[in-house]
Amino acid sequence: MTIKEAQEKLIKEFNEYMDWEDKYAAIIKMGKEMPPFPEEYRIEKNKIHGCQSQVWMNARLDGDKVIIEAESDAMIVKGLIAMLIKVYSNQSPKEILNNPPDFVKQIGIDSHLSPTRKNGLGAMLKQIQMYALAFSTILK
Amino acid sequence: MKNEFDIFPKEETINRRKFDVYELRKDFPILSRLVNGKPLVYLDNAATTQKPSSVIENIKHYYTFENANIHRGLHFLSELATESYESARLKVKEFINAMSASEIIFVRGATEGINLIANTMCRANILKEGDEIIISHMEHHANIVPWQLLCERKDIKLKVIPITDDGELDLDEFKKLISEKTKLVSVVHISNSLGTINPVKEIVKIAHSYNIPVLLDGAQAAPHVKIDVQKLDCDFYVFSGHKMFGPTGIGILYGKTNLMNELPPYQGGGDMIRTVTFEKTTFDDLPHKFEAGTPNISGGIGLGTAIDYINQYDRLELTKHEDKLLEYATEKLLEIEGLKIIGKAKNKASVVSFVIDGIHPYDIGTLMDTYGIAIRTGHHCTQPIMQRYNLPATARASFAFYNTFDEVDKLAEGLLKVKKMFQ
Repeated sequence: MTIKEAQEKLIKEFNEYMDWEDKYAAIIKMGKEMPPFPEEYRIEKNKIHGCQSQVWMNARLDGDKVIIEAESDAMIVKGLIAMLIKVYSNQSPKEILNNPPDFVKQIGIDSHLSPTRKNGLGAMLKQIQMYALAFSTILK
Repeated sequence: MKNEFDIFPKEETINRRKFDVYELRKDFPILSRLVNGKPLVYLDNAATTQKPSSVIENIKHYYTFENANIHRGLHFLSELATESYESARLKVKEFINAMSASEIIFVRGATEGINLIANTMCRANILKEGDEIIISHMEHHANIVPWQLLCERKDIKLKVIPITDDGELDLDEFKKLISEKTKLVSVVHISNSLGTINPVKEIVKIAHSYNIPVLLDGAQAAPHVKIDVQKLDCDFYVFSGHKMFGPTGIGILYGKTNLMNELPPYQGGGDMIRTVTFEKTTFDDLPHKFEAGTPNISGGIGLGTAIDYINQYDRLELTKHEDKLLEYATEKLLEIEGLKIIGKAKNKASVVSFVIDGIHPYDIGTLMDTYGIAIRTGHHCTQPIMQRYNLPATARASFAFYNTFDEVDKLAEGLLKVKKMFQ
């Protein structure tokens, strides 16, 4: 699945939910279903400092694809992380850099990525793009 | 029997407005708005309070009819603005029962008040290398960081009064911390994250027996309890306008005249000088010495109006209502399985910090917002308290006199719904 397709899939899924309670229930479900975060990555270097919730993220190159793994102690943040991973993990650095996260706004979760939320998500998104940029130079 | 020398009516003879929470709520326009399609339940009053129409209107009135720079103009508007601003100072003086209006310094907020004292005490060399300052474990960052900045500049040591598991100050430990090097005690009157009302009068008494001045951070106290700086006998007292139904960007530093006279100006500029030459400048008297530049005139006037608003009521009646809200909320929240209240001091203001097993405060706050309920989640700018209780964050509901029992019910119902979503 391309990033574009992954985003469209999420938008379609979330359009079916009538209200925020349903949306959050789905986000929480995604958080719960996320594969466990490898313990060796739970280190200070991988910590994205947020005000309220803690986020850890690791990105590595597997062939020409970026593999992103992340974790948060807050379930809604974890669910939002799961969405970012669905969209951006296992994609090429070039694809990542060429596809901004349009789904965030369309689903209406953009407020969670605003700096005022201070949950580390906005910083995580930036970090994903930074990694993609770094990996793209390695692959050249 | 009426005494013929009673020029001012005594407290009990003043005609007060009867307290009716539903009538009073009509004075706060924001309380009738919807949030996420639901009636707003505003329970984040420890962060900031809502403003009554009178405050909003008076700020508008000032800009519509009175706007001019104060203290220097001879023209009509300048005198009018000066009068409004200075009458606000008098209202603050009465509000905290200061000895004189010159002890009332307008600042941006409690934070600036503390920074002013920290900086000027340092520059006056009242705080020297090797000196010690005592704060407590339940301070807001605003009463920690300004002192730490000093500690970096001079070799000053910060000593911390520990708190008990219930969230009360350990006064025995406090006494042990005092030494001949202690130059200041700076503690919070009411904790913003635990709700604890500290025995500040006793703390002042203890410190004064060693001739140590005391600064009290009253940011949370001003909206909840009657403040009498003469009875407290504290040397400095700070609070913020926006936490007591006034505008943001205005606050008060109270300081005893003799101490404030010893301190140098905080900032230099207009309105604080007597004569300026390139060789030497002499400074104005209190309070103007500490008020450089054009102040927040509308903010000061708005704060005065907020005080007028509070004064319509018998303060005790307002406090009683808040106490009942606290009692009811505590009871309702403790019915929720897995919910733990952080801060169980015997003497407590209407602030309830809590955690729920297995649910991060961020999740609680986010979901409550979808129900139109505004609570605070996070460390509440008191990270050392979170470390003390080994928590990443808490959720916090804080009540003002305009909150209702019905809103407490909605809080409890909302939390039960949140719990259900995580099952």
